[in-house]
Amino acid sequence: MARILGGITTSHIPSVGSAIANELFDDPYWKPFFDGYPKIHAWLDEHKPDLVINIYNDHGLGFFLDQMPTFAIGAAHECRNEDEGWGLPALDPFPGAPEVSWHIIESIVADEFDITSCQELAVDHGFVVPMQLFWPGAPANPDMPRAIPISANTVQHPIPTLKRALAFGRALRKALLSYPEDLKVVVLGTGGLSHQLDGERAGFINKEFDLYCLEHIVHDPDKLTEISRMELVEKAGAQGTEFLMWMMMRGALGGDVTEITRNYHIPISNTASGTLLLECAA
Amino acid sequence: MDSPAFDHHTHIPGTTVFDGTQAMKGYGLNKMCYSFNKAENREAFVAGEEGYMDKYGLTEAQKQACRDRNVLAMIEEGGNIYYLAKFAGIFKLSVQDVGAQQTGVTTEEFKQKLLDAGKD
Repeated sequence: MARILGGITTSHIPSVGSAIANELFDDPYWKPFFDGYPKIHAWLDEHKPDLVINIYNDHGLGFFLDQMPTFAIGAAHECRNEDEGWGLPALDPFPGAPEVSWHIIESIVADEFDITSCQELAVDHGFVVPMQLFWPGAPANPDMPRAIPISANTVQHPIPTLKRALAFGRALRKALLSYPEDLKVVVLGTGGLSHQLDGERAGFINKEFDLYCLEHIVHDPDKLTEISRMELVEKAGAQGTEFLMWMMMRGALGGDVTEITRNYHIPISNTASGTLLLECAA
Repeated sequence: MDSPAFDHHTHIPGTTVFDGTQAMKGYGLNKMCYSFNKAENREAFVAGEEGYMDKYGLTEAQKQACRDRNVLAMIEEGGNIYYLAKFAGIFKLSVQDVGAQQTGVTTEEFKQKLLDAGKD
């Protein structure tokens, strides 16, 4: 049977990719951010998951406004990274796990989440930056698990509610636990925390709200479902709505989790960065 | 065109909620910016901005906002920041440059404001 080892969240700021390429790990600006990852590396090294579910939000590479799925599940043999407009070199493809993708799709649609399945889906920084952070050298890292992308819409309102995001994660958990083969799974929730790129309020960061979310997502995620979507925009910033991905991840972990490590740092680029590793009860 | 029962536009200062109303208004502009994912389209835009904007059916107000590289005006005309970021990339503008432009400060001042947010 498949087993969920734990969940990891991280911000997925595009400039992290170039900071990694330039090895700025000890640079004074970057060090407080990169210091959040060694404990995660040690945990992944110890547990060596076979499969990573990468829950992220597409930023206008895989999807355009012509057809915008609220929840999309990748079912490709490989996840291709492409130029998203800035001319950065694309990473090599990440091996997929389409047979597991289809199991999840079957289970989650039976649970009445009417998702969009994608046999081709180009993945952007929201997907690849966390992979690079967790598995240095990704996808070439020898411990790189096979990957399934799940994207939620935060580009265009109406976005899903926090309650729905948490429920999606719980349905994902049910799907994974019913997979008949032995698989060790880790679930990522990427994006956030508070930030806003657009408008006269660009540069908005809200430490108090971020810390509230970090505190409650560990042991009382249902409390966070009381936050409305417009309240989330107001308090987390227009792009801080990416916290939805953290809620989806959290739903997949079940009730009993242990916090292994967390990091919170302001700023990286325009963003309050956050990282959290939660281990599931065995 | 409006979606009057779901008007999200008055509540959060300095913030335009990109909803159906904005999506309808900005479709051509955002579609053009989406095309900039591909290097050949970025080059085609640089080689002939006016013709490229015509191809995507931009309104005059959208065209002027693009000519002026005015991000707030592009948002006003329905632009979505995730797609506008690809437009900004053509001109090598970082998200701090874009933030500074929108808030009326220099890029250095904008970066300082972000650093200050981490101090308390």
